[in-house]
Amino acid sequence: MDGFAHQLIAGIATGGIYASVALALVMIYQATHHVNFAQGEMATLSTFIALTMIQAGLPYWVAFFATLVVSFVIGALVERILMRPVQNAPVLTHVGVFIGMLLIISNATGWIFGHTTKAFPTPFQSDGLLFGGLVSAHELGSTAVTLAVLILVYLFFAHTSLGLAMRAAAYNPRSARLVGIRVGWMLALGWGLAAAIGSVAGMMVAPAVFLDPNMMLGILLYAFAGALLGGIDNPSGAVIGGFMVGVLENLAGAYVVGTELKLTVALVIIIGVLVVRPSGLFGRVVFSRV
Amino acid sequence: MTTRRTLLIASGATLAAPNIAPAQEAPGVTANEIRIGSTNSLSGPASAYSVISTCLTAMFRRLNEEGGVAGRRINFIVYDDAYSPPRTLEQTRRLVEQDRVAFTFNQLGTPTNNAVHRYMNQRRVPHLFLATGADKWANPREFPWTIGWQPSYRVEAQIYAKHVLETRPNARIALLHQNDDFGRDYLNGVRDVLGPRFDSMVRVATNEATDPTVDSQIVQLQASGADVLICGVIPRFAAQAIRRVHDIGWRPMMFMTNVSVSVGAVMEPAGKERGVGLITSDYRKDQSDPAWANDAGMNEWRGFMQRFVPNGDLNDNNFTYGYGVGTTMIQVLKQCGNDFSRENIMRQAANIAPMDIATLLPGVKVQTQPNNFNVIRQMQLQRWNGTGWERFGNVIEGANI
Amino acid sequence: MRPLLLLAGLALALLPLWLLEGFHLFQLTQAVIMALAVLGLNIVTGYNGQISLGHGAFFAVGAYATAIPMSLLDWSFWATLPVSALICGAVGWGVGFPALRLGGLYLALTTFALAVAVPQILKHKAVEAWTGGVQGLFLLKPEAPEWLKLNPDQYMYLVALLVAGVCYLLTANLLRGRIGRAMMAVRDNPTAAEAMGMDLASIKTRTFAVSAIITGMAGSLSAAVVEFVAPDSFTFILSISLFVGMVVGGVGSILGSVFGGLFVLFVPNLAEAVSRSAPGVIYGAILILFLFVLPDGVAGLVRRLTTKKRVIPGREPS
Repeated sequence: MDGFAHQLIAGIATGGIYASVALALVMIYQATHHVNFAQGEMATLSTFIALTMIQAGLPYWVAFFATLVVSFVIGALVERILMRPVQNAPVLTHVGVFIGMLLIISNATGWIFGHTTKAFPTPFQSDGLLFGGLVSAHELGSTAVTLAVLILVYLFFAHTSLGLAMRAAAYNPRSARLVGIRVGWMLALGWGLAAAIGSVAGMMVAPAVFLDPNMMLGILLYAFAGALLGGIDNPSGAVIGGFMVGVLENLAGAYVVGTELKLTVALVIIIGVLVVRPSGLFGRVVFSRV
Repeated sequence: MTTRRTLLIASGATLAAPNIAPAQEAPGVTANEIRIGSTNSLSGPASAYSVISTCLTAMFRRLNEEGGVAGRRINFIVYDDAYSPPRTLEQTRRLVEQDRVAFTFNQLGTPTNNAVHRYMNQRRVPHLFLATGADKWANPREFPWTIGWQPSYRVEAQIYAKHVLETRPNARIALLHQNDDFGRDYLNGVRDVLGPRFDSMVRVATNEATDPTVDSQIVQLQASGADVLICGVIPRFAAQAIRRVHDIGWRPMMFMTNVSVSVGAVMEPAGKERGVGLITSDYRKDQSDPAWANDAGMNEWRGFMQRFVPNGDLNDNNFTYGYGVGTTMIQVLKQCGNDFSRENIMRQAANIAPMDIATLLPGVKVQTQPNNFNVIRQMQLQRWNGTGWERFGNVIEGANI
Repeated sequence: MRPLLLLAGLALALLPLWLLEGFHLFQLTQAVIMALAVLGLNIVTGYNGQISLGHGAFFAVGAYATAIPMSLLDWSFWATLPVSALICGAVGWGVGFPALRLGGLYLALTTFALAVAVPQILKHKAVEAWTGGVQGLFLLKPEAPEWLKLNPDQYMYLVALLVAGVCYLLTANLLRGRIGRAMMAVRDNPTAAEAMGMDLASIKTRTFAVSAIITGMAGSLSAAVVEFVAPDSFTFILSISLFVGMVVGGVGSILGSVFGGLFVLFVPNLAEAVSRSAPGVIYGAILILFLFVLPDGVAGLVRRLTTKKRVIPGREPS
């Protein structure tokens, strides 16, 4: 049974990685009703920026917050420069732009920062593992950070007028404009916040998986699955979904089908759940009218 | 399967008859130029290896500055195949049919080279020193125009398995390998040595290149009660595995593929003290190993990097690899004299007298004979002592199962 | 007018047989194959409004359905086509079922997951004996009949053109008819379509099947032309390429699919000619610029030029 506990905890640790990226996806969805497929690459870029600052001698937390600001600006600029020209185009065109961004950012990251695997420092240092070799301090610390971000996101959307305005702008831009919300700026703000949350995810993920330009390539799919499983319009649902995907995938790999098919099986289960509950486990059910 | 494959080759040989140019007008060669082609993953998920092309391009630039070969400058053309086999075929055909290169050199990847293997042999275009450790390239009887370079992953795995049997005959082995052609060779190599004992002695777990971590696999393998761990994974997962194994207090005899033992890219990120006791078998010198700080060969390489690749990451051991394979290529070109026909280039590539190379370990030679296309056959076991790699035992040639 | 246009198109398509040779003809053959694959995707996403990010999976199934019988059982290429169509149709139909309940992003995830899972399944040891595992399978392309006097490249171009041409004609017919109108009705207003008595489930699953067959045919052709299949040939990047081709060519346009095929094959080469060090950056930039200038693809431009005053109803899938 000891092995099972270890698997479970390894799954929760991996799930924490998905949960943090899933949060960034929820953020952008709440603010723009899009899922940004380049979110992972943007987070990787932010992490490289943070590493560059740390290597230049800045203390960790200074670099951390500076990266948040830089990422926010990059996100808002991306909205202004890349999304604005296609704002009235069909949704599939937007996906095309996301794919273009993904190609540009991932290729540029490798070109600028190199491809070798790099260690990324964690603020939660410890020698070895805690609690009888079950978890590392970093895993605990990064989970706490993810939960803190979650609470901030929840408070922002539920209890600030800015958050409400942002949701309104995404949900019904025309009506929002009529009540005086500056929809364009709300979108830019949403992109900026999503990029900042993504950079937190990147900086929390990198110490665990090591940093290279393709760090987020696989993670984004799992995070996407987690967000949808929990409900993409519900931040806490998305976080729970991320953890569930991590656990599900690890247990399937260890006990059900072997590691070769664990991704496949995890995805099949998720799709099965979605077929039964199309808006995710904790998502809002939407009715359509003629 | 075998009969059908030989059939394919026989039909290939008859198709390839036309268009053999006379030696004076060898394809891809003029009075002052030799055109050489290559494909690499300049974009896409395998683009970490694109620095090999950067290194080779710089080496040919150096050669041209020194006057080229037999009065001819080298024109090295590299195309992007994004590690997709159909794209490799397209780009290779562009090189051979449109750019009319004399031959291709150091094309990257196993599945990608598979897609052009038959094409190159049907066309009788030298397909030289491929950047892949699969063992199928050393088959001069059926594929006389293709030749690899580095020792095969499979032989490396055989060496590990033999070492395990010698030191711990009753070992329980855990094998972690990537679920692709590279990782699968470690499975095959261990199976070669253990034979019927494989199923009872070995527990296997795999990872995908897109997995975030291999933590779950490590936990799973530890739970099997194994006391030996053999890993065939790329650097990011290697660093994760070393760290995890140490942190959960598992102390197996641990082997790591020589693809992932760079001090800068694996041992330092994982934590130097965590890897103590790790065993690998390599043919290259590691640039960050203090033992080579004043080594003449490595200084030659450092001088080259400083002058020709000033922006290159000195921790990236793709550059020492590139320097080794580039040196081999230049040797072959110099051996050609004034005859750069495809036949002669291939003949020279198949007749390299044993030579030392600046970035390879002492005692490891580059050599070929017409009936043996295993260019590098020797490796040496080495153990991580917390600061560097300590070689032990003799230089091993092949695995002789 | 229409037959004349068709004839002109046919002549234009056949011209490269004599104008191009060797490598260029091979490249054009691959473009024809990509165009066919994009058409398959366009049927389900463009005409039926179901987003798929996983059509590379059907491409892979088609390729293996041709490669396995040709490589292991010595079948002729032509004999594998009906088998490939049948298998792809069945797989597509099966994928259509979760699609009944899932829309938009959820469907995008489902199909994308399929694209990621297929290479892993192909590698699995249970099917390794047939698929060749990570090493893949080798096959020989069909040989030209003696009387045609064509070299292998010319013949393969002709074969690809023939298969693609037939598929394009059948698709055009299908979309112009009753079924096509039903598909578009389901895309534009599913609730209204259902209220009018259409069987949404059957239309959606069948559309998926047809779409998978068309893309699978492209996969079959690709296996024969490249003479090699391996899991690495069908990563999720292929699915993304097909999607890019559809968006650039024009969502919900048959002619646009042709352009999409040309785009995904030739623009990466163009990008590479601009920058060797970061071709992905250039490719991405070209793609985004293209979408800025033509947000509804090349087909959108053509539509705007040809129908000056008619109001175009929104073609955006929900």
